[in-house]
Amino acid sequence: MNFQLSKEQENVKKMVREFAEAEVEPIAAEIDQNHRFPIENVEKMAKYGMFGVPFPKQYGGAGGDHISYAITVEELSRVCASTGVIVSAHTSLCCWPIYAFGTEEQKMKYLPKLLKGEHLGAFGLTEPNAGTDAAGQQTRAEDMGDHWLLNGAKVFITNGGFAEVFIVMAMTDKSKGTRGISAFIVEKSDEGFSIGKTEDKMGICASSTTELIFQNCKIPKDRLLGNVGEGFKVAMATLDGGRIGIASQALGIAQGALDVTVEYMKARKQFGKKLSQFQALQFEIADMATRTEAARLLVYKAADMKDKKLPYGMNAAMAKVFAAEAAMYVTTKAVQLYGGYGYTKDYPVERMMRDAKITEIYEGTSEVQRMVISAAVLGK
Amino acid sequence: MAFNILVCAKQVPDTNVIKINPKTGTLIRDGVPSILNNDDANALEEALRIKDEFEDVVVTVVSMGPPQAQDMLTECLAMGADEAILISDRAVGGSDTQATSNALVATIKKAEKEMGKSFDLVFAGRQAIDGDTAQVGPQVAEKLDLPQVTYVEECSLNAEMNEVTVKRNLEDGYEVIKVKTPCMLTAIKELNTPRYMTIEGIFSAKDKPTHVWSAADVEVDLSTVGLEASPTNVFRSFTPAPKGKGEMIEATSEKELVEKLLVGLKSKHVI
Repeated sequence: MNFQLSKEQENVKKMVREFAEAEVEPIAAEIDQNHRFPIENVEKMAKYGMFGVPFPKQYGGAGGDHISYAITVEELSRVCASTGVIVSAHTSLCCWPIYAFGTEEQKMKYLPKLLKGEHLGAFGLTEPNAGTDAAGQQTRAEDMGDHWLLNGAKVFITNGGFAEVFIVMAMTDKSKGTRGISAFIVEKSDEGFSIGKTEDKMGICASSTTELIFQNCKIPKDRLLGNVGEGFKVAMATLDGGRIGIASQALGIAQGALDVTVEYMKARKQFGKKLSQFQALQFEIADMATRTEAARLLVYKAADMKDKKLPYGMNAAMAKVFAAEAAMYVTTKAVQLYGGYGYTKDYPVERMMRDAKITEIYEGTSEVQRMVISAAVLGK
Repeated sequence: MAFNILVCAKQVPDTNVIKINPKTGTLIRDGVPSILNNDDANALEEALRIKDEFEDVVVTVVSMGPPQAQDMLTECLAMGADEAILISDRAVGGSDTQATSNALVATIKKAEKEMGKSFDLVFAGRQAIDGDTAQVGPQVAEKLDLPQVTYVEECSLNAEMNEVTVKRNLEDGYEVIKVKTPCMLTAIKELNTPRYMTIEGIFSAKDKPTHVWSAADVEVDLSTVGLEASPTNVFRSFTPAPKGKGEMIEATSEKELVEKLLVGLKSKHVI
């Protein structure tokens, strides 16, 4: 048992925090209000290696580990959750499945540009009628002999409007249910592929969330990721890892809200005393800090298990459900402790509260996480 | 042959978070993070900028300090430096600027001998935020017999890599100076904005050479380093009392103004 970060992990924390405070925090409110994707910071994050943290250098990665990846998403999300999810969706949902299931040719073709951040990645599983019920896929991929033909649509795709590479699930054999789903690599420039509506969301407003539309989308045979019929397996394994990313995002939101609230309570005076001097409010801070730290331990443990190649699905689900609910709890308390000011856009806590909510929903709702956890515990 | 740049760097307590014990007048160092000295970060950035611009540039960082100063050197490597040297020994502890520059010069000479190279450019920060002397850089230059330019706010190396044009920031203006390499430059914050570490750099740092040398390793004359060899002794440290508010003299004419000033100065027995 060792609860200390390594020197490298400490430096990642220090570096990403410095970067986030200097480059991300100053524009966080503006990009939220204008629903603007922060392309300028994507370029900067690419330069510093934040899009390839847990991948080997031979494919253009930074040669780091999953705890460092979790720290990267956490520290970015501490000041801007929209920026955090750009890295999380790209890394966990696009780069990782190519790294884990791709052929050597696919890895060499896609990973160097993705991991260097020259290309952004996205992942398309969810459909209008297939959310938590992922097996209800209606997007079809037909084997046309020398190519695949994709038809259908995906919704709520993070990074959709700015990605170059998409991992897309489609039915290759409807009669086989989940075993009839296959995974494909789609490029932005593919014929018959287009980006549909951009969602107008409650939170993470600077993140690009779009539809993907496939109308007789023709893709070469070598874009199949894994084997025919393995798409569901690819998707579920990808989402296991993705949960560490979203749990890290939730953890970052909680820590960010806690930090600004502590500063506020030390400055704000009522009844002649600072807010931080009222015991009832001190106890609120104690609960917020405890839940945040508990979330951190679950997140880092799941990431550590992934690094050690141990089965981590249940731990990632625990980290995600706990961190997401901690983020919602902490941000709601933060708004309350700020009082009326907390409800205004002059302070960051209302944004953090709106951003926190999505972490209970995407990449598996809290209900789905409880299904995963209870199935593992009860041995179903 | 590679163009070799040396950067002198110091690990310092982060004075933004440090507090002074009002009773003893000493720094409260508990829980204060140690950082790469600010001006030294500018010095390193300039060296790395030259490395980005020209081919075959090797950047070496040298420091004197306790073993934990290796953490700061690791950060320098994670920013992009190629190798690091730390002179760390009880014998050099308590050194003032004179003794420090003796130890650093011995280390630099040892590095040149050991690595079979000579440094074409030596950078240092103007001064450290803990000592604030601005003496070590110039002393190193003198002892290495290198021409030096201090307070550098702009720097450009010519294509032949044998002459640097620098803009020197002075209180009442600036100088533009051309200086042949090898030479020593001390950096100020106006020179550039230091880059962050990169994630790849953080995970590659342990693969880059880091030398930790003792006083014996660098063959320094022990009578020239450490507390005993330091002509500077701290007699007392204190927080200066705040100065009173100045008095503004108003008058309708220059003559009246001067008269009022003279009366005021006389009454305070200044003249």
